[in-house]
Amino acid sequence: MSALIQVKNLSKSYWREKFEIPVLNNISLNIDAGEFLGLMGPSGSGKTTLLNMIAGIDKPSDGEVVVDGNVISGMSESQLAAWRANNVGFVFQFYNLIPVLNAFGNVELPLLLTKLSKAERQQQVETALRIVGLSDRIDHYPKQLSGGQQQRVAIARAIVTDPVILVADEPTGDLDKASAEEILALMERLNKEFEKTIVMVTHDPRAAESASIVHHLDKGDLVKEVVQ
Amino acid sequence: MKLLNLIFRNILRHKLRTFLTILGIAIAVLAFGVLRTVVTAWHSGVDAAAADRLITRHAVSFIFPLDYAYKDQIARIPGVETVSWANWFGGVYIDKQKFFARMGVDAETYFDVYDEFQLTPEELKNFKQQRNSCVVGQDLADTYGFKIGEPIVLEGDIYPGQWEFIVRGIYQKKNKSTDGTLMVFHWDYLNENMAQNSPNRASDVGWYIVKIDDPSKAGDISERIDQQFSNSSASTKTETEVAFNQGFLAGFSAMFTAMDVMSFLIVGIIMLVLGNTMIMAARERTREYAVFKALGFTGSHLTKIIMGESLLTSLIGGLLGLGLMVLAVGAFEATLPKGWFPVFQLEPSTIILSILAVIIIGVAAAIFPIQRALSTRITEGFRFVG
Repeated sequence: MSALIQVKNLSKSYWREKFEIPVLNNISLNIDAGEFLGLMGPSGSGKTTLLNMIAGIDKPSDGEVVVDGNVISGMSESQLAAWRANNVGFVFQFYNLIPVLNAFGNVELPLLLTKLSKAERQQQVETALRIVGLSDRIDHYPKQLSGGQQQRVAIARAIVTDPVILVADEPTGDLDKASAEEILALMERLNKEFEKTIVMVTHDPRAAESASIVHHLDKGDLVKEVVQ
Repeated sequence: MKLLNLIFRNILRHKLRTFLTILGIAIAVLAFGVLRTVVTAWHSGVDAAAADRLITRHAVSFIFPLDYAYKDQIARIPGVETVSWANWFGGVYIDKQKFFARMGVDAETYFDVYDEFQLTPEELKNFKQQRNSCVVGQDLADTYGFKIGEPIVLEGDIYPGQWEFIVRGIYQKKNKSTDGTLMVFHWDYLNENMAQNSPNRASDVGWYIVKIDDPSKAGDISERIDQQFSNSSASTKTETEVAFNQGFLAGFSAMFTAMDVMSFLIVGIIMLVLGNTMIMAARERTREYAVFKALGFTGSHLTKIIMGESLLTSLIGGLLGLGLMVLAVGAFEATLPKGWFPVFQLEPSTIILSILAVIIIGVAAAIFPIQRALSTRITEGFRFVG
């Protein structure tokens, strides 16, 4: 059986004026369904760039990314938008919640792109918030929540559409130790109990311990793979 | 529909900023509407002019008189149905602030020629029978409380002396644009006084009003009238009532052109104000737009969100401005002395123009923020620090 995510000979470089800056060099990587993969490496090693290309929010200079049989690196912007809506859940370092929407509104956002009725959307939002343990904060706005709670709302938003993969970019980077542990426990639960495939970028070795496999990047190259 | 909640929430994000922007739009729409109402009120005389009426005046200026004897010669020209005439009286009623148009007119023909001034047969009969009677418009009667049978005393300036008239009719307006602020009395009464006190001014006519049978012949008839008097001591200039009224307004045209331009400049300025607000909002939300895109929202969704916010802000301001405009025009109408403007009312065209302006402002103000939101890549958006 082929891997859920196949990264094939992926290269990425950026242009700064007339200078080409290579970020990823001929990366190949397979991620199986249900895997919890960690990407580690120093700043500028290319881990977020790799994550962005797996999530379909950036395009490679060379090579391809195949997710669940779809060559996403060859999709147009509108195809990618539709693909992301159906297949990817995002968790960001700074939560990126919409401040004018309460927890319900934030979690409901991805469902606005579906054909679900209002009642169906409400049911799914409530389920997602229950999974992350925030049913009692459904009417709270981001500024009324702690950092850890905001990140849990962000995770609820990421899982509300039941996506194929969850991508997380430094999900504990802005949290205190206790909150970070809660978030990591929640992600482990999503991986084990709900069999979500997770790709997580982190600097934090303790966070990386939650992953089943950790890939280390350095200067755009995959340098080490650790199976935990 | 699903995005409406988000649009409303975004509008309420910075309440003070939104309030000030809406207030700015409302004041701009108010100013736009009032200026346009003044301009349209000023031009209402032109709009109310009839196509089948010609005005014959002195070729040099309408302040110079014509001879009374011209009426029979004009009446003989083919195509002329009725000839009437009038003199500008001027004068003061109580004080100079209480201004309205006062004219000596031919009592027999004036209301035949101006059928938009509607009198009952009894009023018309009473007016014609009594030499010192007068007729006032309903608007004028409402303003000064003139009633049938009551006297109106004017202090003459062009025609010196104290003049007393008895109100014998209050005319109703046929159309909304008809001037309801005139006072007219017998030219004969005026002329008799002149014959006694200033014989050299007797038989003077300010201008003739010529009703013709076919408006398409206006040019020919005008030419024939003027040819008739081309070699007389007072040569004439005949033109349609529209042209005559336009000529009368020409002296003020620079001022009203300036007001016209200013009203549209106000729209331009408020477009910049709303545009600035929307640009600030879009800049602050660069990261949010990146989140929306990452979640799968398309350019079309973002366009609806930004355009919706801009249009809604603009429309709320516009509707508030329209409400204020109705109140302000009503207050002006009540406060301004009758006679300054024959008709001072909010025209449907002003309301339509205001709504159109508000929509254009809303759309135009959203263009740059939309372009920015669509062109910013998701990864750039996430890196943005506002």
